[in-house]
Amino acid sequence: MAMSSALQNGLIQLQLFEEYSWVFNLLFYVIFVVFIFYGQRIQMYVMLREVEGSLFKLKYIKDEGRKIAIETIKEIGKPQTDPAVRVDRFLEYFTIGPQSLDPAGVVWKLEHILDIRDVRFKDEVKLMAPATDDTQAHNLENTLEAAMALNFIYKIIRHFYLLGKKTLSLYIIMQIQMILPLIMREAEAYASALKAFAYGQPIGDGAGALVAAKLMRGHEIRKVPKDCVVATVPIEGRTTFVMKAEGPGGNVGKIGDAIKTVIDENEGKIATIIMIDAAMKLEGEEVGEVAEGVGAAIGGPGVDQFKIEESILKHHIPINAVIVREDIGDAVSPMRKEIFESADKAIERIKQLMLERTKEGDKVIIAGVGNSIGIGQ
Amino acid sequence: MSKTQSNATTRISSFVLLIIFLTLALSLTALILATTFFGQGNEIIAGYLLLIGFIGVALSTYVLFQTRRRMLRLRIEIPPIVTTIECRKCGFKSVREFQRGDYIFKEGEPCQKCNEKMLITAIYREVKDKEKTA
Ligand SMILES: [Zn+2]
Repeated sequence: MAMSSALQNGLIQLQLFEEYSWVFNLLFYVIFVVFIFYGQRIQMYVMLREVEGSLFKLKYIKDEGRKIAIETIKEIGKPQTDPAVRVDRFLEYFTIGPQSLDPAGVVWKLEHILDIRDVRFKDEVKLMAPATDDTQAHNLENTLEAAMALNFIYKIIRHFYLLGKKTLSLYIIMQIQMILPLIMREAEAYASALKAFAYGQPIGDGAGALVAAKLMRGHEIRKVPKDCVVATVPIEGRTTFVMKAEGPGGNVGKIGDAIKTVIDENEGKIATIIMIDAAMKLEGEEVGEVAEGVGAAIGGPGVDQFKIEESILKHHIPINAVIVREDIGDAVSPMRKEIFESADKAIERIKQLMLERTKEGDKVIIAGVGNSIGIGQ
Repeated sequence: MSKTQSNATTRISSFVLLIIFLTLALSLTALILATTFFGQGNEIIAGYLLLIGFIGVALSTYVLFQTRRRMLRLRIEIPPIVTTIECRKCGFKSVREFQRGDYIFKEGEPCQKCNEKMLITAIYREVKDKEKTA
């Protein structure tokens, strides 16, 4: 009796299910059809959402950067008027690179443009913050440049985001979504750089400058063009000319000019040049690893590298490079302990290199490349 | 221009929030309905409703936590930066937090022990290895 009632109950349920089952069937087909025809579109919306999230974050980072720049100007620059307007205008500055259809002499054109840019920036900083000394002005200039870079990144991503939304083209959205992780990394690096510049803290890029500072410490220092310092230091029986960008203001100097000056002063009688620089590491390589090679180890727009290569070619001077590995984030954020400690390792390498590649009494140029912010001499 | 942009983003996120809460409410209703159907003995329908309800709740809470995490990630953390000062005469060494104006090889502050000028020998930040296991 009980069993038959249970059976009956089950039958009723089954009937009910049969009655409703077409709903589930239909639902299944609808979902199937929707995904066939709109799958790509749904994927596109997911991508757009992702870009939008990053854009939101970028906007926050950019605004934060602008805020820090303005606060720093107010704090150390003591301006009479509110610097915000001037800062906003500065953030929109652009530089047009030289035409390279006829590449002969393009380096000098590029250098000229960069010089103009530099002078313009310095004047602008002086106007924004009249009460700053040279060091602070340099740091402010770097701070503003980082804020400018953040502003630029934000605007580019916003451009592609809006363009993608407008055209609903998968490929426009896709290309920006694909490189987004790298761009975000760079933006975060610039954000921490901005803070370091605002406070005048040494950054990872200054590894080369730190090595030079350690070597030239306690010796007589003279200035060489442009914005560089050089000291004559006897190491292992060789006469070395140790140079770096002048610190402790944020400044990379023109090491190319400094090297040329020292070579000319010694009439080309230089046994070897050793350059020390921070270099990009690949994922998986240790931070602060010291490596050795040949060539002009210097980044930037290429003007300095060109000049160095020109001058060493003229006198047939061999050039060696010692690099300290770090990634983009480490290079522009406050110097990590590992990088700081690698300076001593780099000095050991330099000494070894000199013992192996030069004779006693030779003249050697040791150039510490990098931003000398927060590093004196 | 940037103002309108920010408005757009906030509007969209509140819209998304609305959808999330709507889904959550619907799934909860489905769960409640499931219990009533269960009481009536319609176990199969109850089962389906239970399934739909759980999936809905799981999805909406997941999306909600995703957005929350994104908000949390927005903050830029400042790593502690330390300055090491050494006295070259007596070797006294002290480590303190970085202050504006510090730079490597800056002389100045008098030594606490012998009143000699002290030298900043190091400025760096220590990274606590949590994600970087090379
Ligand atoms: Zn002392």
